[in-house]
Amino acid sequence: MSKRVSVRKTYKLYVGGKFPRSESGRTYLVTASDGSLLANAARASRKDVRDAVAAARKAQPGWAGATAYLRGQITYRVAEMVEGRRGQFIEELRNSGATIKAAEAEVDATVDRLVWYAGWADKLPQVLGGANPVAGPFFNHSTPEPVGVAAMVAPQNDALLGLVSVIAPAIVTGNTVVVLASQDRPLPAVALAEALATSDVPGGVVNILTGQVAELTPWFASHADVNAVDLCGVADADLARDAETAAAETLTRVLRPANPDWNADPGLDRLRRFVEIKTVWHPAGV
Amino acid sequence: MSLFEYAPAPESRAIVDIKPSYGLFIDGEFVDPSDGSAFKSVNPANEEILAEVSSAGQADVDAAMTAARRAYDKVWGPMPGAERAKYLFRIARLIAERSRELAVLESLDNGKPIKESRDVDLPLVSSYFFYYAGWADKLAHAGFGPAPRPLGVAAQVIPWNFPLLMLAWKIAPALACGNTVVLKPAETTPLTALAFAEICQQAELPPGVVNIITGAGETGQTLVSHPGAAKVAFTGSTQVGRQIAKAVAGTDKKLTLELGGKAANIVFADAALDQAVEGIVNGIFFNQGHVCCAGSRLLVQESVAEEVLEKLKRRMETLRLGDPLDKNTDIGAINSAEQLARIKDLTAAGSAEGAQAWSPACDIPESGFWFAPTVFTGVSQAHRIAREEIFGPVLSVLTFRTPDEAIAKANNTPYGLSAGVWTEKGSRILWAATELKAGVVWANTFNKFDATSPFGGLKESGYGREGGRHGLEAYLDV
Repeated sequence: MSKRVSVRKTYKLYVGGKFPRSESGRTYLVTASDGSLLANAARASRKDVRDAVAAARKAQPGWAGATAYLRGQITYRVAEMVEGRRGQFIEELRNSGATIKAAEAEVDATVDRLVWYAGWADKLPQVLGGANPVAGPFFNHSTPEPVGVAAMVAPQNDALLGLVSVIAPAIVTGNTVVVLASQDRPLPAVALAEALATSDVPGGVVNILTGQVAELTPWFASHADVNAVDLCGVADADLARDAETAAAETLTRVLRPANPDWNADPGLDRLRRFVEIKTVWHPAGV
Repeated sequence: MSLFEYAPAPESRAIVDIKPSYGLFIDGEFVDPSDGSAFKSVNPANEEILAEVSSAGQADVDAAMTAARRAYDKVWGPMPGAERAKYLFRIARLIAERSRELAVLESLDNGKPIKESRDVDLPLVSSYFFYYAGWADKLAHAGFGPAPRPLGVAAQVIPWNFPLLMLAWKIAPALACGNTVVLKPAETTPLTALAFAEICQQAELPPGVVNIITGAGETGQTLVSHPGAAKVAFTGSTQVGRQIAKAVAGTDKKLTLELGGKAANIVFADAALDQAVEGIVNGIFFNQGHVCCAGSRLLVQESVAEEVLEKLKRRMETLRLGDPLDKNTDIGAINSAEQLARIKDLTAAGSAEGAQAWSPACDIPESGFWFAPTVFTGVSQAHRIAREEIFGPVLSVLTFRTPDEAIAKANNTPYGLSAGVWTEKGSRILWAATELKAGVVWANTFNKFDATSPFGGLKESGYGREGGRHGLEAYLDV
């Protein structure tokens, strides 16, 4: 009796709610810790970055315009999808070299992180905004608004928890994102894309690219239609400095490289970084 | 022009004692620059030389940074917030006590009408210190975690349009959070910052907590790129802001930028037009239009455009241009010859590109730097006067038909600092305020500021907020 041949998966990009290959036709080899072939992941190009930013821009007003309640519900729905595919995520993390225990813990933490951020969507405006007691007869009110489109280089380690920890705070606040997955461990990100695609997150809100940090970071930073650049996973100091310099040309908001403990309580830091405070004045009186 | 002429009502300048020359304020003392030179600060209203001011060089910046670092490590950083607060309260009170003197000095050095320096700038300056004094011992409650920490030494560079107010916006929150500062005022308006240094002495603020170094762009560049600065704060042009953002790239320095703007002031047909006209005038002619958030693009609904323009021109004819120290003066002097040249260049471009300029009949003084209030009609979105920040008393008028068109035109700019909306319909105000890409939206009012209210821009107008609880973030390690 012949052994069943498994159906192998083609790992693709996630742009505008679809799963295209890189327009460049390029792939790169992703290997397990023992050196065996895991996949040929798509190697995104500059054009893929542009397509992803265009998709994110297109989706941004609708996503920002959705009620905070809905954004919270949809983010929670992502948590449900990840939980439902728990086995798949554990498998992807194990392939990336994690022990089964560590992989399980990371998936659990990821689900919990999504739930945590989901709850912030309709609370943050009250916590970060509010009435300002100005010295005069005015109604004066501040509210957080999304920065817009964020281009992010995901953490290189904690390929799932780190990725979700940078995406979630940006999207619950109404931003749309283009995120470059961990270069050496991109497969959990592709699995996340599959969860996102089935979780009511509108196409274009999260766009996930796989490819090379050194190649794509400069295009993230210099793209004039990107409102914030998150250099979280850029380990090369020169690359990060050059990206920050390029972003300065259009005064794009930059989050510098960071390597926090992704298991720790993230606090409001990342939520605050992806909002702008708008203050509205109106005279009060009869 | 008017039926009854105003009698001159000049404020006396005798209250101000300007020294012939000033040193740098470093470590609590005025010192001579060690490697710098000197320059002169002139009264833009008559080109009189007011004083000679030092230009700080590299060694002077080093000395100021060293003093600030020592004060941070030894005195100000370890000091309990409640004690820091008392110093800030002292400063707030001293400013209030000396506000008449400071207002006159501000008008002399800057050219702004005494009416504005006295009634707007100085009360606000005092209030910012008063407001942030109260935060110094309450930082754990500000929403940045239980124990937010200061950053260290803040390098701060401020512009010439609101010399003392911008100083207050920078220094008050920095000190409240436990940082020490080295501040450089603009080279054309250093005198009130130097008077503030005296106030620090009167308040017995520990030496080195506040250092004031004067100089031009080169001094500012040396300051913001100094390795000892943990924080850089800048208010000024977008071009310089861009250079500073590049200079701090790849460092650990925290950066906030308050840059230019090209604000739209939108008048809907259902607005209270007389109030709107007052708001338009205040929006663009306040402080000679030397305001980054000035309402320099008037977007008026087509059906009322003629009526609004007629009312606006009639109102502009009553504006009085002249001696900044005269209490009847509405429009003072342009701050410098350089700025006047820029305004002239841009308005010439406006005419060359086909827009029509109009100014009320107005006597321009013979000496000093002056520009009559000007309104351009027939402006298209592509014109330079609709795209570039003029930073002068020049208004560009565009029209629109539908609310969506108004928003699209208003947002058609790389800037995003402020916007104005005039309509009697509440739901339209709330809608427009949401749609406008700007950090501050004034509805049925314009150019209002308050210590408790965050101010700052989106896009190329910079990053960060000044004022209110949000303004603390710039000076905390969060």
